[in-house]
Amino acid sequence: MKYLRQALIIAAITFAAEIVKYLLPLPIPVSIYGLAMLFFLLKSGLLALEQVQDVGNLLLELMPLLLVPASVSFITALDTVQAMLLPVLIMGLLGTLLVMAVTGLAAQWVIRRRKGDRAHE
Amino acid sequence: MNEWFSAFFAQSGWFGLVLSLATFFLARTVNQRSGKERINPLLFATVVCALVLLLGDIDYEVYYQGAQYLDVLLTPATICLAIPLYRQYTLLKKNAVAVIAGCGAGVAAHMAGCVLMLVLFRMEASEFITLLPKSITTAIGKSLSEELGGYGAITMATIMLTGIFGAVIAPAFLKLLKITDPLAQGLAIGTSAHAAGTSRAVEIGEIQGAASSLAIVVTGLLTVIAAPILARLAG
Repeated sequence: MKYLRQALIIAAITFAAEIVKYLLPLPIPVSIYGLAMLFFLLKSGLLALEQVQDVGNLLLELMPLLLVPASVSFITALDTVQAMLLPVLIMGLLGTLLVMAVTGLAAQWVIRRRKGDRAHE
Repeated sequence: MNEWFSAFFAQSGWFGLVLSLATFFLARTVNQRSGKERINPLLFATVVCALVLLLGDIDYEVYYQGAQYLDVLLTPATICLAIPLYRQYTLLKKNAVAVIAGCGAGVAAHMAGCVLMLVLFRMEASEFITLLPKSITTAIGKSLSEELGGYGAITMATIMLTGIFGAVIAPAFLKLLKITDPLAQGLAIGTSAHAAGTSRAVEIGEIQGAASSLAIVVTGLLTVIAAPILARLAG
């Protein structure tokens, strides 16, 4: 029963996000609408963590598996992608490392500096 | 025999699901037996499924008939990223400056990279636009690309490459750069490699998962704002 209820709540939020997306067609996907909605439901206390966390954690654990079909879909773009293969490879590989490095270093710098400030007080 | 195969696959509802589960399970089993992560299950499953389809001359649509049951669950799974986000809310709020600085710097670096590619490869505006949304989640990226005049299918392929590569390389690369703060690690993964990276960040740790989830949202937002401006400059 517990799992059934949690599955229902998560499915209902997904459905509600779909409705919001239909009414408010911004370039925001249903999943991000739903993420914001679930977050505010939890934050406001309307929904307790215990009401979603078992099924929720299972879905999070399965996420890499759930991404397989979308990843495999690259084979449908094999013909078109050849036109700009080199830029795609450079941005997909080197570009990803660049963004990861810049974000991580910038964030760590800010965090350490603030920690340092606090230590001086 | 060949006809029998094509007739069978055209109506098979389970083939794609079994293939996806089996390849993923195989990678997980190898990792578990060897006691450490030798192969990334997402990468392995993607490559093997793609090879089976290409070598067997099986259409993606046939594969998707079964694989769609995994694909539909991706939306509620992404929504559930709100759970680690909520649990780590206090920590994230306290470090709001780091979140915005990190994601902002990452998006700026990405845009600079795109401009560099534009100049280096003398790209057309439509090709440039195709690369702009590559660090964000597929659902936003593909439609944003098409809306601005890029090639949606290529954007999609670039996003997938980015996500899988980011997820595979993140632990080693972050270690190499001595990015050890869990919050900074999560932000770096989410900003560079969207949901695929985040699925890995969740495995690394709770704080990493939460920061990465938040980074998807912030990066998506910043890209949606910045991409149209850059697209106009290029066009």
